[in-house]
Amino acid sequence: MTDKPIQGEQKVFMTGNEAVAWAALAAGAQIMYGYPITPQNEIMHYWTRLAPKFGRKFLQTEDEISAGFTTVGGVLAGVKTFTASAGPGNTLMQEPMSMAEMMRLPTVMVVTQRGGPSTATVIYSQQEVTMTCFGGNGEGFRIVYSTSGQQDLFDYTIKAFNTAWKYRFPTFVLGDGYQSKMREPFIIYDPELKGIEMIKAEPYMGNPGTPGIDRDPAHLRNTYNMEDELLEAVRQIGAAYEKIAPEVVEYEQFETVDAEVLLVAHGVVSRAAQGAVKVLRQQGYKVGHFRPITLRPFPGAELKAVADKARHILVIESSYGQFKKLVTDEIYGCATPLLPYLKPGEGITVEEIVAEAKKLF
Amino acid sequence: MSIQPQMPAVWRTETKPHKFCPGCGHPLVLKALGEAIAELGIQDKVMFGCDIGCSLLAWDFFNLDTVQTHHGRTTPIMVGIKRAKPEAITIAYMGDGGGYAIGSQHLVNAAMRNDKVTVVLVNNIQYGMTGGQMAPTTLPGQKTETSPYGRDVEATGYPAQGPEMVAAITPEGAYVARGTVANVRQLKRFIKKALENQLEGRGFSFVEALSLCPTNWATNAKETWRLVEEEMPKFFKVGELKVPGEKKEG
Amino acid sequence: MAKGAKIAIGGEGGQGVQSVANILSEAAYEEGFEALYIPNFGVEQRGGVSVAYVQIAEGSIGSPKFKIADIVVALSDRAVYRTKKYVGPQTIFVYDANIKGVEEALPKNAGKVLAIPAIKVAKEELHPRVFNVVIMGAVIGATQVVSLEKAKAALEAKLGYKFEQDPSLRELNYKALERGVELVQGLI
Repeated sequence: MTDKPIQGEQKVFMTGNEAVAWAALAAGAQIMYGYPITPQNEIMHYWTRLAPKFGRKFLQTEDEISAGFTTVGGVLAGVKTFTASAGPGNTLMQEPMSMAEMMRLPTVMVVTQRGGPSTATVIYSQQEVTMTCFGGNGEGFRIVYSTSGQQDLFDYTIKAFNTAWKYRFPTFVLGDGYQSKMREPFIIYDPELKGIEMIKAEPYMGNPGTPGIDRDPAHLRNTYNMEDELLEAVRQIGAAYEKIAPEVVEYEQFETVDAEVLLVAHGVVSRAAQGAVKVLRQQGYKVGHFRPITLRPFPGAELKAVADKARHILVIESSYGQFKKLVTDEIYGCATPLLPYLKPGEGITVEEIVAEAKKLF
Repeated sequence: MSIQPQMPAVWRTETKPHKFCPGCGHPLVLKALGEAIAELGIQDKVMFGCDIGCSLLAWDFFNLDTVQTHHGRTTPIMVGIKRAKPEAITIAYMGDGGGYAIGSQHLVNAAMRNDKVTVVLVNNIQYGMTGGQMAPTTLPGQKTETSPYGRDVEATGYPAQGPEMVAAITPEGAYVARGTVANVRQLKRFIKKALENQLEGRGFSFVEALSLCPTNWATNAKETWRLVEEEMPKFFKVGELKVPGEKKEG
Repeated sequence: MAKGAKIAIGGEGGQGVQSVANILSEAAYEEGFEALYIPNFGVEQRGGVSVAYVQIAEGSIGSPKFKIADIVVALSDRAVYRTKKYVGPQTIFVYDANIKGVEEALPKNAGKVLAIPAIKVAKEELHPRVFNVVIMGAVIGATQVVSLEKAKAALEAKLGYKFEQDPSLRELNYKALERGVELVQGLI
């Protein structure tokens, strides 16, 4: 039996991609399937070097469609499996992920957002929000964590496995190219030592006993014959999703209690928003920040409660409005004027947010 | 002023120096391709498609109508153009990943249909632009970023024999060859014959070119050439595999 | 010891821009600061201008990139053009004195513009290959953002395996660091 990959806890200075590889190891992932695409390649590079030392496996598939479906296969076999992709690769992943959505399979996928649409840049964006949350021909029955840095990437990659296997919905860790490539200090740890409940994987197929004799065979499908069958199936998935949403949803608030201007942002942009709140408050401006951590399920009610009390909402993202659409859908009925600050594919600094927020006073 | 080398007429000087790494094989293949196009006088008929990966750096290389596509999707795009405009000479330019991994199903189907397109595939036994991951053509035991302990043939199979596969599944009328940047004159002859195959309307044409990537191979000049001249031909036989009209016995 | 710094370094691919940035941020991390380093990159594997962003702070760092740097370092003529946008009225703009033909291009709005003869000093006194370590010394000298001691430790961590094979390299690199500090302190 191989040792635990991380003993105790340790402060490290690593890139986001390396953080993901260590977290997957710590979470007990047994196999990674992947295909090269920047900026997530190093997740595979670190995994292929570390995996054999801990008895884990890897296959570089022929493309992302295959990487996604082999991941589905691993999960059906009852093994903690994950994959990672970005941009056009994420686009290809939507087919296998829609199967996971219909069949409620606990796949784990790390998305390192890059520019879009199409090939765009290999660098950064927040332009895969719509696709990761609602991609494929699905209804968005997915769990999506939007991370803001290395500590998040480590924490939420571990959590993704537990969330996926506990609640049985395809789970995504939504990072971006900045987080993947930057280096910053954070702490890696053995999750069990932190009292984190590590959920066991169970096979969907291949359970002991002869099917038909010792047990019922597993007959899994994602096809239905008649409309009413489908209606029932989707309603059931929807109901199950809504039931677990309150347990899964996560968000953070910064000085929102008396905020006149409310900054709404997610992922790495949230850091800049947090920095902006500090600067603005020091200068006497009543600014607060609401950060959804789960984009699916979205903390809509909680955001609306805060948004109702503000005088202005400023939605900030490195996309042409993908996050804004989520926000406006979730806070429907809120009368507070909402302004977007949209920079598709480009990073957003503390200084920019400070300047934009000041305009609203 | 230094003496400029003689470049084919389709060479676009405004976009030179090109962006390929020093020591890359692509410029050699592209030169052979450019010369073949110039000699055949088809510059105004060619539609040139490049894939994702280092082949994409050819997007503004030639004075040719060019489209940079998605990874592995260059073949179907050029097929789409050819079927819409049969008088065009369509060239799909890609790497070993674009042809034998993510693009393999498209390559196989275009070949089976005997689509009258010309595929030029640059084989440098790893994925260059993304930093040196394993490719279908990676050699046994070869260390890459995703086979850091060496390619394990038990787990991942042997280097893909692309031209052999294409030769086996294409009907009569297809032209299939494998050349090498270690013999650019021969490579050019193969590419020219491939393009003539399309010009004459005979069928699918496919040329794989053994190529170099000292950047990701991390080899010096001597070792780089040894790899392409001595090692790679052990797994990838250079020569013509299928020529229209050549009847074989048995 | 200064409270922190935003540093942008630009140069030709191969000049060691990312190495310098990596070692600097490592040193700051070891010093106990918050440090964030991110490289800038396009699709090509080689060539092109290489830019690195390093932020060192006591508190949390808001975004991986920034608009205005405290210190900008340009190691080639293309890098001068590329990094100008990070210059503000308080910025120290450092460029290698060896770069020709950029007098018109130098930022006119910088706090200070310093020409450091790093390449010359490296060639004449040390070894051409350590010129980027001289530059690193200059950055440390100008910002005082990490201690020389921690910088040496970070150099050791990154290049220790090379020093093992040739201990004289250690002396060379340390000396390069110190020369860099001297060069910039003479100018400020």
